[in-house]
Amino acid sequence: MIKAILIFNNHGKPRLSKFYQRYSEDTQQQIIRETFHLVSKRDENVCNFLEGGLLIGGSDNKLIYRHYATLYFVFCVDSSESELGILDLIQVFVETLDKCFENVCELDLIFHVDKVHNILAEMVMGGMVLETNMNEIVTQIDAQNKLEKSETFIFQSPRQAGRQRLV
Amino acid sequence: MALKMVKGSIDRMFDKNLQDLVRGIRNHKEDEAKYISQCIDEIKQELKQDNIAVKANAVCKLTYLQMLGYDISWAAFNIIEVMSASKFTFKRIGYLAASQCFHEGTDVIMLTTNQIRKDLSSPNQYDTGVALTGLSCFVTPDLARDLANDIMTLMSHTKPYIRKKAVLIMYKVFLKYPESLRPAFPRLKEKLEDPDPGVQSAAVNVICELARRNPKNYLSLAPLFFKLMTSSTNNWVLIKIIKLFGALTPLEPRLGKKLIEPLTNLIHSTSAMSLLYECVNTVIAVLISLSSGMPNHSASIQLCVQKLRILIEDSDQNLKYLGLLAMSKILKTHPKSVQSHKDLILQCLDDKDESIRLRALDLLYGMVSKKNLMEIVKKLMIHVDKAEGTTYRDELLTKIIDICSQSNYQYITNFEWYISILVELTRLEGTRHGHLIAAQMLDVAIRVKAIRKFAVSQMAMLLDNAHLIASNTQRNGICEVLYAAAWICGEFSEHLEEANQTLEAMLRPKVTTLPGHIQAVYVQNMVKLYASILQQKEQAGEKEAAQEITQLMIERLPQFVQSADLEVQERASCILQLIKYIQKLQVKEVPVAEEVIALFAGELNPVAPKAQKKVPVPEGLDLDAWINEPPSDSESEDEKPKTIFHEEEQRHSRHRQPEIDEEELARRREARKQEQANNPFYIKSSPSPQKRYQDTPGVEHIPVVQIDLSVPLKVPGMPMSDQYVKLEEERRHKQKLEKDKKKKKQKKEKRGKHHRHNSLHTESEEDIAPAHHVDIITEEMPENALPSDEDDKDPNDPYKALDIDLDKPLADSEKLPVQRHRNVETLKSPDSEVPLVEKKSKKPKKKEKKHKDKERDKGKKKEKEKKVVEEEEEEEEKKGEDLDFWLSTAPPTAPTPQAQSEPGTGTAVVAESQEVKKEEREEQDEEEEDEGKKSSKHKKKKHKKEKEEKSKDKKKSKKKSHHSEEEPPVSVQNGTLEDEPLPPMSSYRLLAENPYIKMTYDIQGNLQNDSQVTVSVIFENKSTSFLKSMELNVLDSLNTKMLRPEGSSVHDGIPVPFQLPPGISNEAQFVFTLQSIVMAQKLKGTLSFIVKNDEGSTHEKLDFKLHFSCASYLITTPCYSDAFAKLLESGDLHMSSIKVDGISISFQHLLAKICFHHHFSVVERVDSCASMYSRSIQGHHVCLLVKKGENSVSIDGKCNDSTLLSNLLDEMKETLSKC
Repeated sequence: MIKAILIFNNHGKPRLSKFYQRYSEDTQQQIIRETFHLVSKRDENVCNFLEGGLLIGGSDNKLIYRHYATLYFVFCVDSSESELGILDLIQVFVETLDKCFENVCELDLIFHVDKVHNILAEMVMGGMVLETNMNEIVTQIDAQNKLEKSETFIFQSPRQAGRQRLV
Repeated sequence: MALKMVKGSIDRMFDKNLQDLVRGIRNHKEDEAKYISQCIDEIKQELKQDNIAVKANAVCKLTYLQMLGYDISWAAFNIIEVMSASKFTFKRIGYLAASQCFHEGTDVIMLTTNQIRKDLSSPNQYDTGVALTGLSCFVTPDLARDLANDIMTLMSHTKPYIRKKAVLIMYKVFLKYPESLRPAFPRLKEKLEDPDPGVQSAAVNVICELARRNPKNYLSLAPLFFKLMTSSTNNWVLIKIIKLFGALTPLEPRLGKKLIEPLTNLIHSTSAMSLLYECVNTVIAVLISLSSGMPNHSASIQLCVQKLRILIEDSDQNLKYLGLLAMSKILKTHPKSVQSHKDLILQCLDDKDESIRLRALDLLYGMVSKKNLMEIVKKLMIHVDKAEGTTYRDELLTKIIDICSQSNYQYITNFEWYISILVELTRLEGTRHGHLIAAQMLDVAIRVKAIRKFAVSQMAMLLDNAHLIASNTQRNGICEVLYAAAWICGEFSEHLEEANQTLEAMLRPKVTTLPGHIQAVYVQNMVKLYASILQQKEQAGEKEAAQEITQLMIERLPQFVQSADLEVQERASCILQLIKYIQKLQVKEVPVAEEVIALFAGELNPVAPKAQKKVPVPEGLDLDAWINEPPSDSESEDEKPKTIFHEEEQRHSRHRQPEIDEEELARRREARKQEQANNPFYIKSSPSPQKRYQDTPGVEHIPVVQIDLSVPLKVPGMPMSDQYVKLEEERRHKQKLEKDKKKKKQKKEKRGKHHRHNSLHTESEEDIAPAHHVDIITEEMPENALPSDEDDKDPNDPYKALDIDLDKPLADSEKLPVQRHRNVETLKSPDSEVPLVEKKSKKPKKKEKKHKDKERDKGKKKEKEKKVVEEEEEEEEKKGEDLDFWLSTAPPTAPTPQAQSEPGTGTAVVAESQEVKKEEREEQDEEEEDEGKKSSKHKKKKHKKEKEEKSKDKKKSKKKSHHSEEEPPVSVQNGTLEDEPLPPMSSYRLLAENPYIKMTYDIQGNLQNDSQVTVSVIFENKSTSFLKSMELNVLDSLNTKMLRPEGSSVHDGIPVPFQLPPGISNEAQFVFTLQSIVMAQKLKGTLSFIVKNDEGSTHEKLDFKLHFSCASYLITTPCYSDAFAKLLESGDLHMSSIKVDGISISFQHLLAKICFHHHFSVVERVDSCASMYSRSIQGHHVCLLVKKGENSVSIDGKCNDSTLLSNLLDEMKETLSKC
C-alpha cells in the first residue's frame, strides 16, 4: 500500500499532498515538514530510500523519493510495495505530467494542482497502484478533458452568471 | 454608488478562480495568513450562492487551501452539493475535495450514500470512475455496507476502466466491512483471469494485499497464481505475485520447492532489476522455509548471493541498498554464504550514504561468529575513531554492543577482551550511551563469574582515572560507567588486589561533582569495600591498619553527608553512624569485621526481564479486590508522603539501615534468608554456592578459572583489546595444533569416513573453545512460570477482522445487503412469466460450487495428461485436495490448450457454452418484453439488473447439472419479500466437539438417487496440534448405511481425505443409503484421529450421534400456485395439523425459518397466511398451509405418507417452539 504521496519544492513548499490514511490537517503539515527535512538534507548521489519518518506509520514504512530539478516527489509506502517498482512509478508519474502539461515545470503544478490530482487518480487509487501504462493514463485523462470541454459550452461561466444576475 | 460597490465586489469575487488565488497568495508573501483568511471569507460568500459553478469554483479553491494546512471540514456540506452536480466537471471537483478532507468522523458523510450509488450506476463511465476514486479515500463502514453490492456489480462492468477501479476499491470495502469478503471473494477470484491486464493486475493487487495480512487463507489460490506467474508478462503483476509467494511459502514448504525452478529461470532471464530483486527475495523466503527440510539448494543460494553481490557492487546507490537489505535476509539462515562477502560489507561501512552504512552494520550484526567477532569489532572500533558526527558514532557504539551481547554473548570467547573493549569505549568523546556501556559491564560482571577478577581490576583502574572521565562536564553521558565501576568494585571487592587504593579513589573530593545517583552508588559500595578491607586486616591481625581505614572513612564521609542529593545524604549519614559505632568497638578491641561483612551477605542473581509478568496468580487471589476498603479522599492525601517513602525503600531494597544491635542484626539476617527462600526471585536455577559470611573469603567458591595471567594489563602504544586479539589468535593457533596432533593420533587409530568430514571443517566454530570456562548464569524465572509467551497482538489491528476462511462453503446467511423493492407476491405458472425475485442468498454458494467444479476440471485434465493411474475420481473432491494434488505434481502445465485436445471434457465445454448462449438469447427476449411493459425508467433498470443476476444463476445451475450434483435448479421465492433483514442462519448443526476438533454437519438429499443422502461434515481443528489420519465410522442400522468403497467391510471407517493444520477447518462429504425415509434416524459413530505436536503423537477418538431428521430427506422444490392447487384437489394426500403458541418472531422470519431448516419453498403468501411446498427424495409431495394468529402459528399439512407428515410436523413444532 502507498500511504501518502507528497510533492514539495526545494524549500519545502507543498505542491501536492495526497494521504491515503486519515491525518488531521496539522499532522499533515507536520509530516510534510518532517519529510522535507529528511529528504532535503540528503546528497544527490545517495540512495532514494529512507527508513520511515517518525510520524507516518511505524517501521514497516519507507520513504521512496526522486528529485527532479526543483521538486521532490516522495512516496511513503509499506513493505508490500517493491522499492524499485515505486521508483519506476514515480518516473511514470513525472513523464505523464510532462505529457499532459507539455514540458511540465513547477509552475504547472503550482497553478493546476487539481489537474495533477486528476492525473494521479488515474495511477493510484486509495493507496493501490491502478495503472502503470502511461499511454492508458493519458488516454483516460484526454477523454475526461474532452468531456469537460463539451460541458463548458453548455453552462455559463461563473463570470457571466454573476453579470446576468445583476442585470 | 452603492450599486457600483456591490457590483465591483461581486465581480472581484467571481473573478477569482484557483489560479487567481494561487497568484494572490504568492503576491502576499508578507501577510499570507491575512490574505488567506480574506479569501476564505470570500469563499464562504460564494458557497452561499445558488449557482453550482460558483460553488464548485469555491470548493476547488478550498481543496488548495487544505493542502496548505487549512481545515476545510466546515464546508463538508457544500462539498456534497458539488459532488451531486450533474456536470462531470463539478462532480470531479466535489469528489476531489471530499477525498482530501472527508473521514469517518465527518458527520454529513452519511448523506452521500445515495448520491454515490447514483453515480456508480451512471451511464457515463467517468462519473462512475470519479465516484469510485473518491470513495476509495473516504469509505466508512456504513458506506461500505450499503454500497458493497453495487460495487460488486461493477466488478463485472463492460468497461475495463470501471472494472479495475471496482476491483481495487473492494479492498477498502473489505477493510471497513469484513463481512463482505466471503460473498465477494468468488467474483474477485474470477477477476484474476480477466481478459484485461489492468483488471487482472488490480485483482492481483487486492488479493496480495489481503493475503499479506492473513496468508494461510489464500493458500488454495496458489495454483492459480502459479499459472499467472508462468504466463504473465506484466512486471507489475509478476512482482506482486512473487511477493505474495514470498508470504505463502513459509506456510507450505512444498510450494517453495515448486517455485524454485521458475524463479531461478526468471532471475536468469529478466532484465528488469525490480523483478530480479523481488525474485531473489522470494527465493530467499523459499530457502528459509526449506532450510530445515532440504539442504540441497546450495546452487540457488549461491545464485542469489552472487546476484546480490552484483547489486551491492553496482554504482547505483539504490541497488546497493536493496542488495544489502536482501543479503541480511539470507544471513538469517545461511550465514556461511554471506560471510564470504565480508570484505564487501565492510567496504560499505565507508560509504558516504548513511542508509547504506546502517544497512551494512545490520548485516555485520548477523555475520559474526566466534571466529570473526574480534576481527569485526576491531574494524568497527577503527570506524568509531574515524566517524564524523556523534549520531553515527553512537550508532556504531550501540552496534558493537549489540553484536557482542547478542544471544547471551554467544560469540564471545574471551570476556577479558570484551571488558577491555568496553573500557576502550569509555574513552569516546561525547557519547550519549554511557548507560549502555555501564549496563554491559554490570551484566558481564554479574553473569560471567570467571571474569570478575579481571573486571574488578579494570573497574578499579577506571575509578582511579575517574577524573579523566568526569572532567569534561558536558559529556555527562559517559560518567554512567563510573556507576558500574563503583558497583562492581564494591560487590566483588574480594577480588580487588589493592582495595585500599580503590577506596581512597572513591573517597576523593572530586567525586562530589558527579551526578547524585552515581554518588549514592559510590557511598554504598565504599562500605562494601570497607567491610572487605576490614576483614582482611583483622585476619592478618593488623589492628592498626584496620583502625586507620576506619578513621579514613570517618574523615571523608562528611563530604557526602553534606550532599544536596537526598539519597546520597541519607546513605552517607547512616553509614557514617555505623562506622563511628564500629570505631568504638574497634577501640574496645572487639572483632567486628565478620559482623560488618554480614551486612552484604548473599549473592545477587540476575532476574529475567519478564519474570514478574510470569508469576502465576495463585488460585483464589483476586488482584482487583480491595485489601482494605478504599480510604476517603481526605485520608489519601494524608497518606501520600508515606507512599513516596515506601517506594523509595523498595527501590533500594538492598540498602538496609545498619543496625547496631547485634541481636537485631542476627534476626534480620535470618529474616532475610527466610525471605530469600520464599521469594521466587531468589530461588536459584542452579545450586551455586551461596556466599556466606562464615566462609573465609578464600577462592574456594570462585568457579574454576584458568585465567592466563601472563597477559600484561598495560602495554604501551597498543590498545588493550588488540593485545587480546593477538593473544587469542595465538591461543587458537595453539589449540589447533593440539587438535591436529590429536587428530593425527586418531587417524592412526581409525580411518573412516569420519575423517573427511573433520578435515572439511577444521576452521569451524565448534573447534574454537572459549579461552576459559565461562558460565553465563541464566536469568532467573519464578517457579512455575507460565509458558504463555508474549504474542501481544494488537487487538485493534484492522486486518485481523479480515482473517476469514475463504474455503469454507458460503452459508446461506452470508450475502451482501441488497436494496430491494417490494415485489408482487403471487406467482403464476412458468409459461406466463418468470418469477422476478429469487432467493439471492443461494447465488454466491453456487458460484463457489462452480469454482470448485472448474478446479476439479483442471485437476482432471492434469491427471489425464500425467497419465496417472486411472483412479476413479472421488465424488467429493475438495479444494484443499486440489492444492495437495497440484503441489504433488512436478512441473507446471498450462491447462488451457490441452483442454481442447481432450475429447471428453472439450465437448462438454462446448455444449455448456452453447447452452449459455441460448440462455442469454432467451434472457434478452424476455428483457425486451419486460421493458415494453414497464414505464418507469428507474424500475426498468432495477429489473434489468435483477434479471441479469438471475440469468447468471440460471446459467450456473444449468452448468452445474452437468456435474450431476445434488442441487436442483432453484428459483424459489422464499418469503424474503420484505426489506426486513433476516437473522443469520446456518444449516450446519453441531455434531460433536472436544478440545481438539469440532464437527458440524448438514444433510442434503440427493435428487438423482432416491435412496441416498449426502452428509457434509466440517471438521475444525481447535487445537494447536496437527490432526491427521482422521477416519470416520458409523454403526449402520438396518435402514441407514454409510456408503463405503467396494470391498470394505461394515466395520471399516472412511478416511477423511485431508489433514488439518492448527486452526484450519475443512469439509468432507459422506454418502448414506437409506430405505425408508418416513422416520427420523439416529446413527452412532466415531471419529478417530491422530494428534501430532512437538511432544509426539497420540491417538484420539470422538464419539458422535448423527441425526437424520425427516426434513433432511426433503429437497427444496419450487411449485407454482396452480400446480399446487391441483395437487391439493387430487385428494390422495393424508392430512395432519399442529399449532404452536408463543410465537414472537415476524411471519416473514417464520417462513424463512421453515424454508431454510425444513427445505420448503413458499408457493403463495397472502398477509399472514402462506402455502408452502416441498418434495422428498422419494417423491412424496408435502404441502403446508401456515397461518399466523396473534401469538400462535397453525400449520396444516398434506402428504402422501401420513407417518412422514406427522414426523415432519413434529420437527417443525420443535423448531418453531424455539422461536
